[in-house]
Amino acid sequence: MSFANRSMEAAVAGKPQPGWKDVLEEAAIEVFELMASVQLAPLPEPTQPASGAITSMVGMAGALCGMMNIRCSHTAAQRLAGCMLAGSHVSSAGTIRDALGELCNMIAGNFKAKIPSLADHCMLSVPTVITGDDYSLEPVDPFQVIHIAFDFSGDTIHVALVMHS
Amino acid sequence: MKKIRVLIVDDSSVMRKIVERSLRQAGIELGEVMEAGNGAEALIAAKNSPPDLILSDINMPVMDGLEFLKCLAEIESMKGVPVVMITTEGSEARVIEAISVGARGYIRKPFTPEQVKERLVPLVGGLS
Repeated sequence: MSFANRSMEAAVAGKPQPGWKDVLEEAAIEVFELMASVQLAPLPEPTQPASGAITSMVGMAGALCGMMNIRCSHTAAQRLAGCMLAGSHVSSAGTIRDALGELCNMIAGNFKAKIPSLADHCMLSVPTVITGDDYSLEPVDPFQVIHIAFDFSGDTIHVALVMHS
Repeated sequence: MKKIRVLIVDDSSVMRKIVERSLRQAGIELGEVMEAGNGAEALIAAKNSPPDLILSDINMPVMDGLEFLKCLAEIESMKGVPVVMITTEGSEARVIEAISVGARGYIRKPFTPEQVKERLVPLVGGLS
């Protein structure tokens, strides 16, 4: 296949497909289970924007341009970090940011790996984490979002893929 | 089997701990465990105290895993030390590039202890 054809195929693959929500859900569940020993149950389709005091983000560029992000409460992030470190109590803000950033990085990587024509045509940035009590993520138009919420023993973990057309 | 001196290279300290735990779960007997947050730190650590096995991420700030591999190949005392990439990078092209500059294999994150065992025990067995 010529480079032009491969690029075209990749570009088509980069357009959001109906099955991508299921792929993202599977990718996220695998990462939480394998890396944090946490089994998450998806909640019904969220109707409200994601909320929470900590957000990790990984940029995606190439056939798919956008951003993967995880948003949750500080408590949930602290618990997740503890699970990744085999049940240790984690109090360091840096370790909590590191853990949430790495989870986001792995979800983005696992998602694109499940879509073969994205795997070689989409690069990931290093993670960025933002914290605060009052902020919202506002992607630049035009964009589409796949948003999945998971129940984490009473806390909600939001996983979202923002895609630019 | 002798205890293995391992160098774990990843910009995430949490991931370095997970990798170490996975090695132990895979039944690999670890001696000294050295850590580095990027390729440049790893080069210094490897020169100061040569490891038996190196596990390295690819995407890292300062010096990434591919550049680290290229620099490592220039160090005489590091020749023959197996390097395995542990990465979220699913790109076949980058994995091929890593192999072409000296990596002995790769493990994609997220991974299971079984995958770690399958990929590393043959290498570690050869070191004992």
